[in-house]
Amino acid sequence: MNRLLERLAIGLIACTGITANIKMVSAETPPDVLVIADRIDSLITLDPAESYEFTGSDIIRNVYQKLINYYPDDLESGYQPEIAESWTVSSDGRTITFTIRDDIKFHSGNPVTSEDAAFSLQRAVILNKTPSSTLTQLGFTPENVRQTILADDDKLMITTDRPYAVSFVLNCLTASIGSIVDRETVMSHEVDGDMGNSWLKINTAGSGAYSVQSWKPNESVTLQANDGYSHGAPPMKRVVLVHTQESATQRLQLQRGDVDIARNLTPDDIAGIESENGIKVEEELKGGLMYVSLNQNHPILAKPEVRKAIKYLIDYDAMQDSFLKGQYRVHQNFIPTSFLGAVDDNPFELNVEKARELLESVGVGELEIEIGVRDVQDRMEIAQSLQNTFAQAGILLEISVATAKVNLGRYRARELDVYIGAWGPSYPDPHTNAGTFAYNPDNSLEANATGRLTWRNAWDAAGLTEKVERALTENDREMRIEMYQDIQSGFRDTSPFAIMFQQSAQTAMRDNVNGFSTGQAVTYAAFWQVTK
Amino acid sequence: MSETRTIQWTQRRKALLHSPITTSISKLLRVSVTLLGLLLITFLIGRVMPIDPVLAVVGEQASKETYEQTYIDMGLDKPVIVQFYYYLSDVLQGNFGASLLTARPVLDDLLRVFPATLELSTIAIAIGVLLGVPLGIVSAIKPGTWIDVTVRIIALMGYSAPIFWLGMIGLLVFYGELGWVGGPGRLDIVYMDTIPNVTGAILVDSLLARDTATFKNALAHIILPASVLGYYSLAYICRMTRSFMLNELNSEYVLTARAKGVRETTIIRRHVFRNIRVPLVTVIALSYGNLLEGAVLTEFVFSWPGIGSYITTALLSADMNAVLGGTFLVGAVFILLNLSSDFLYRYLDPRTR
Repeated sequence: MNRLLERLAIGLIACTGITANIKMVSAETPPDVLVIADRIDSLITLDPAESYEFTGSDIIRNVYQKLINYYPDDLESGYQPEIAESWTVSSDGRTITFTIRDDIKFHSGNPVTSEDAAFSLQRAVILNKTPSSTLTQLGFTPENVRQTILADDDKLMITTDRPYAVSFVLNCLTASIGSIVDRETVMSHEVDGDMGNSWLKINTAGSGAYSVQSWKPNESVTLQANDGYSHGAPPMKRVVLVHTQESATQRLQLQRGDVDIARNLTPDDIAGIESENGIKVEEELKGGLMYVSLNQNHPILAKPEVRKAIKYLIDYDAMQDSFLKGQYRVHQNFIPTSFLGAVDDNPFELNVEKARELLESVGVGELEIEIGVRDVQDRMEIAQSLQNTFAQAGILLEISVATAKVNLGRYRARELDVYIGAWGPSYPDPHTNAGTFAYNPDNSLEANATGRLTWRNAWDAAGLTEKVERALTENDREMRIEMYQDIQSGFRDTSPFAIMFQQSAQTAMRDNVNGFSTGQAVTYAAFWQVTK
Repeated sequence: MSETRTIQWTQRRKALLHSPITTSISKLLRVSVTLLGLLLITFLIGRVMPIDPVLAVVGEQASKETYEQTYIDMGLDKPVIVQFYYYLSDVLQGNFGASLLTARPVLDDLLRVFPATLELSTIAIAIGVLLGVPLGIVSAIKPGTWIDVTVRIIALMGYSAPIFWLGMIGLLVFYGELGWVGGPGRLDIVYMDTIPNVTGAILVDSLLARDTATFKNALAHIILPASVLGYYSLAYICRMTRSFMLNELNSEYVLTARAKGVRETTIIRRHVFRNIRVPLVTVIALSYGNLLEGAVLTEFVFSWPGIGSYITTALLSADMNAVLGGTFLVGAVFILLNLSSDFLYRYLDPRTR
């Protein structure tokens, strides 16, 4: 009976689906309001010193300005002046002095000063929240930050613990954590020495294009335009992110015209909507990587031949062209395309023969290993594809599906043999990934460096650690690029990571929407130049 | 002498035991013990779950230092029993703590999400009762006829069709295709934040503000999810009504009444229906209770910010303050429903007075 009902149901869905496509009357959103269907349930804070996930980063990019920034219409040029109009570097390469513009105001009306800039960066270091490592890796600590980040009249001086590549330091400052907050407003809401953290979690105090008018968790976020924005008043007076969990529902909302942009459509829904009148789909390469990693505490997975064999047991192209279509592209290097030092060499492809030879050369016959997989559609499909191709060479994959938090806990405790992971860069500099994929100064259990992917897989990074250190201080751009290319080529051959894909984002929108950018691989979405 | 005294004493004790004050006190005690047990069990489940609540806050890329500091800030370094003690003493002062995921007090969150659920469930149960009971009665009176068969098929569909699928199809047809109802969410963008928040239930608030446009829009948004949920409870209520009715119709007193020549409608109205009212109240109260727990799948499909998705999301991230607060509220709602159906029994069934 149930089977019959199921079939009837499927038939009905198909019929209604077809007719729905033919006869869709659309409503319209107000001309100066941009409505975006998005998944906002990961949003847990609006404080730039604390936020690290996508929705928060999108909002913060539109609310706060930084010393230097990436601009949506010219992402290729890299960072440009924003609150800082210029900067100089001291002869020992440790101090950068920024000159702060004197004509920018916060939403509160307070002028943006070097004091605010110093406060914002100091605050981020002292609060020691998740993204703080972007700044603390430069040698700032809660103890020294009041001496190493200094404001003097219209100058801001930051002094790092040793000379780094200037581009590296500046790229770090373009991350969300480099946002400049309104010191006076924030500190007036301080509770128990929290530097305004609990207030700034749900309120905003910036100088950017928008301020947050309301955030209703799992429901919506409403942004109000700042007409005094230093790049000119944004055309969209209000931007509303509405929380819609289901791709099919987002698609309906877009077709009806109740939203202007839908950001989480599945490949199926994209295919179904692409050719429709009044709707267009734009694709941008993002910074996220999808990889498979092998725990080096496992005696067999620690053999270099086995690591290599596994890289030949992944059907990269088939996955890219089927269930990952439009969402991921094959990329086998840890620096994402469009970053400094990125390379496009993808030498591995499915080759069962070669993998078998490699396994036989070290006497590995039947092998049974556990793979940790998050309970989301694309990862489970990847796991199934891996299970299938691994089996062809006698490797039996036992798939453990669990929620993100459960698997992540086991992964960080070095408990999983194999893990399918996703990694997003924290700031647009190659070191953000080099520092986690190819750098491990202390592989001991006691080091407990759970934030580092090399440590989680118990891999000592085999001589790459020193190379990563050197690339970090190289100021010659060409030289630095070469160094990262060299590191990546060593990494591809020897590492226990099989980097598989780089993320790309497909955004479906009404065709009157222009100028929307998700920020590509280097930054996040910008709303202020959108018109419709 | 002593015997009379004992009897007197026993009588007095009985009187005391049955006085309204003692009954209320014992009821209150029972309720508090239930709630305490509920909190304790939820708390312990939260602690043995293999989820790391720190990770829910700091994310995958946090450094060791940030992780450790957050671990201590959250009080997780203390023994479980001490954590529970702190939690309980806060709750007794009306403080449910802050949610990790929404960054605000759990109480504020509950006051935001529960009215959304309450509004939805109330309309749904109204649909379920107003249609389910009459359909059940009609189908019981004419068993085996085409009416009965139709009603039973309708009920079976509502019972077995996945609610997720019903919701999706409903959206496709009535929102996507016909445009008769509003889309997901509680209001269109243009009506958001236009009326003062008094009760949290938009239908009520818009009426209070005498804003008919917002009221109509809210109604257009709520009608589809409420119908889907209502259909589901309709199916249950209808089936139960039918079987209660059939049971009574086969009793001897019905036969007697018929033999006496009492009109069939009178038998149904005055005798049979009266007798099924009590079990029916239980069925309806239980359905209402289930709806008030929050309908997770329906909430996801319709982007309805209710308590079901709130607790589920919190549970998946080990946001224990939110889970405990939500469970506490749901428990309290169930107890309240129980008490009110007790009260209704007394009114409907003279034997329980």
